Amino acid sequence: MTEMYVLRVNGDEHAVADAWLGESLLYVLRERLGFPAAKAGCEQGECGSCSVFVDTTLVCACLVLAAAAADTEITTLEGLQPSARGAVTDVQRAFVETGAVQCGFCTPGLVMAVHALLETDPEPTDLAVREAISGNLCRCTGYGRILEAVEVAVAARRGAAR
Amino acid sequence: MSVEVGTRTAGGIGQRAIRPDGVAKVRGEFAFAGDLWAEGMLWGQALRSPHPSARIRGIDVGPALLITGVHAVLTADDVPVNRYGLEHRDQAVLAGDVVRYAGEPVAIVAADHPDTARRACAAIVVDYEVLAPLVDPGLSQSVERPIHPDGNVFRDLVIRRGNPDSRGPVVVEGDYEIGMQDQAFMGPEAGLASPAADGGVDLVVSTQWLHNDRDQVADCLGLAPELVRLTLGGVGGAFGAREDVSLHIHACLLAVRTGRPVKIVYSRTESFLGHVHRHPARIWMRHTARPNGEIVSVESRILLDGGAYRSSSYHVTANAACFAAGPYRVPNALVHAIAVRTNNPPCGAMRGFGVVQSCFAHEAQMDLLASACGLDPVEVRLRNALAPGDELLTGQRIEGALPVAEVIRACAALPLPAPAVDDVLARPGGAGRTAGARDVRRGVGFAVGFKNLMYAEGYMDGSVARCRIDGGVVTIACAAAEVGQGFVTLVQQIARTVLDVDDVIVAPADTDMGSAGSTSASRQTMMSGGAVEKVCRAARAELERRAGGDEVDIAALTAREPVDVTEEYHHRLTHPLDADGQGDAHVSFACAAHRAVVDVDPELGLVRVVHLATSQDVGRVLNPLQVTGQIEGGIAQGVGLAVMEELIVEGGQVRNASFTDYLIPTALDAPTVDAVLIEEPEPGAPFGAKGVGEPPTISSTPAIVAAIRDATDAACTRVPVRPRDLVP
Repeated sequence: MTEMYVLRVNGDEHAVADAWLGESLLYVLRERLGFPAAKAGCEQGECGSCSVFVDTTLVCACLVLAAAAADTEITTLEGLQPSARGAVTDVQRAFVETGAVQCGFCTPGLVMAVHALLETDPEPTDLAVREAISGNLCRCTGYGRILEAVEVAVAARRGAAR
Repeated sequence: MSVEVGTRTAGGIGQRAIRPDGVAKVRGEFAFAGDLWAEGMLWGQALRSPHPSARIRGIDVGPALLITGVHAVLTADDVPVNRYGLEHRDQAVLAGDVVRYAGEPVAIVAADHPDTARRACAAIVVDYEVLAPLVDPGLSQSVERPIHPDGNVFRDLVIRRGNPDSRGPVVVEGDYEIGMQDQAFMGPEAGLASPAADGGVDLVVSTQWLHNDRDQVADCLGLAPELVRLTLGGVGGAFGAREDVSLHIHACLLAVRTGRPVKIVYSRTESFLGHVHRHPARIWMRHTARPNGEIVSVESRILLDGGAYRSSSYHVTANAACFAAGPYRVPNALVHAIAVRTNNPPCGAMRGFGVVQSCFAHEAQMDLLASACGLDPVEVRLRNALAPGDELLTGQRIEGALPVAEVIRACAALPLPAPAVDDVLARPGGAGRTAGARDVRRGVGFAVGFKNLMYAEGYMDGSVARCRIDGGVVTIACAAAEVGQGFVTLVQQIARTVLDVDDVIVAPADTDMGSAGSTSASRQTMMSGGAVEKVCRAARAELERRAGGDEVDIAALTAREPVDVTEEYHHRLTHPLDADGQGDAHVSFACAAHRAVVDVDPELGLVRVVHLATSQDVGRVLNPLQVTGQIEGGIAQGVGLAVMEELIVEGGQVRNASFTDYLIPTALDAPTVDAVLIEEPEPGAPFGAKGVGEPPTISSTPAIVAAIRDATDAACTRVPVRPRDLVP
């Protein structure tokens, strides 16, 4: 039933021993390895709150079996953001300053989704942003401030590139 | 020293202050209740009834206890006092002999792993005698035997105003139906209970009302209240669904029984089954008016399905009735509202609380009235708009600010959005890529709503706050539940403004201090904001006493002896409604207007909500970022009720208890919002501010449905509007 496997998370290897092989990547990240940023909102891959990168693909960690993610590079929000206490990425800063955070449960997943979008499309249209984050449900904000946060982050990157 | 509020530029009242928990939240470091962990912790899980109505002949927990890793299995016999309830204790913690809804807990398990706990629940054998459920609220009063010893009627309320037999020559009437909406907050119910050395229990939990929970937990466990200590865990949204106790008592029972910390986190499905929903409603309404559109009379019958237990049905009924006619002058009225018990899921508080249902009906009626009188929908509303000095249906005179005509005019004056961009994603059906550009029709609709703020009908409401200043460090404590709305930001803004400091620590909310009441009814800005303002002013007075004047060096004055003051805030007294539904029952009111623009593909019955213009009566803007967030977020929930959100209940069974099947708006579904804030300070309210959370959810739904009618000519008397309501 159980055997050991190794997950590579944010560049570090973590041995997972004596664990039920039916556990999702989300459960193992949160409950066994101490990466709580990904949230369990639906455990059906509908809400995006548990978004992490497996290699370069943004996935819902609730839909990935942890043991099946051995031999991949897993990046969680903890690995994406600066490690210094209280330090933030440009996207995170924009979320805080535009009022895009209310209860904050969806926020880590949305930050991941926006980073993923801006990696491939640094100047997204409004519809492109909406589509890119449409897999991340938010119940508090109505998305208005989140869309503004993306605009602010895009503008900041544009300014920095000049 | 008189404090000039609103003059601070750095994070004070009126400023775009940033949330103190914002950085922790974007970094994923904010501790939600579901993130908690304790050494030796067990996982709790409830077994819920699959039947909406049944007698329990017996429960065999033996097979569950045989599973390795199971530490406890509890049933009704293990609950010291097996009764709880938000306002009235009519509900069993664990069903003993009868289950009254599908999803009612019958047993709880503590185990070493969540999956072990789930398997143990599956192994429990419950012998049910399945009964025919009562699922039609229309039959609740006529069944031979009530389904609960307390009867099948939660409240039966009649409001009589003026001469209900008065009639105008113009008559419009309709039957309306509102489906069951769910709050669908993102962070499922979660809590961690730990047994304490003194025989008590400590519970960290996501909730809206710590002290009410504390009292229910203590009573059910047979413990003195001081032995039950609650601390607010991070709350992932609430919207009314966390007013009722969910896992609190279960977790505490298991912790006390096992002597170990017990964590419970609901799955999304369990969350849908484990909290109350918005009451589904059937409403008949008849308006009569003069040919110029002036309302002469309103009659209404409102039937609310309260489900199996009372929760807040009593007060939802009052709200549905008191605000049944909307923010209009109505000289004559007869309103009969009733909430009944069925074997459907229990219903209770959700943002807009009883008024959402009425508003959908009265705003459809106002459009019928406009049409019958040949008036523009905006004009008919302006002609009847309530104003201060006017009376409500309940005879209560409006004493405070209520700028109904102003919000209508400001909303109507906002520019209409541009035609849709030529992109299939922007059309109805969106990513389904089904709608052709030439088939899409655009519609515009308008609606107005208003609601009471704070609790009503004589409820003695208050909130307590404490201010401690030690060596210049200001700490504010208040048990008000921060659920995402930004109360913690407001605490800092108030303290900065009153005390003229930059840094303010907001202490965790817990039951070690006095109650702040519930985070509901748009009440915390006034009630707990008022308590924080009052305690900061008291601290300021103490500082000035020590200084002998208004030149205050806060660090020096508190270097040796801290300032430590506690204050309680109350609003003015209200009164119960009398036998005719008349009385001075409400504290304060807020109104809003919404104008919706929709695109509809009439062949497929698909709707895209393009734009919402709104104007809202906010009293005074304390934080523009947060007000905007409440307005946009509230509108999104109104969009959901208008076109997509309904818990489908068939034969007492919820058919879509998941985010796969219960759809809430995504970023592609949410409209662009333009808002104008009307600032008419509310007399007596701290800083003149009103609560802003509920009005956005109330009239957005009818505005959207009016826009759909405009685009399609379909009647749309039911929400959510489904494709089959639009395709003939």
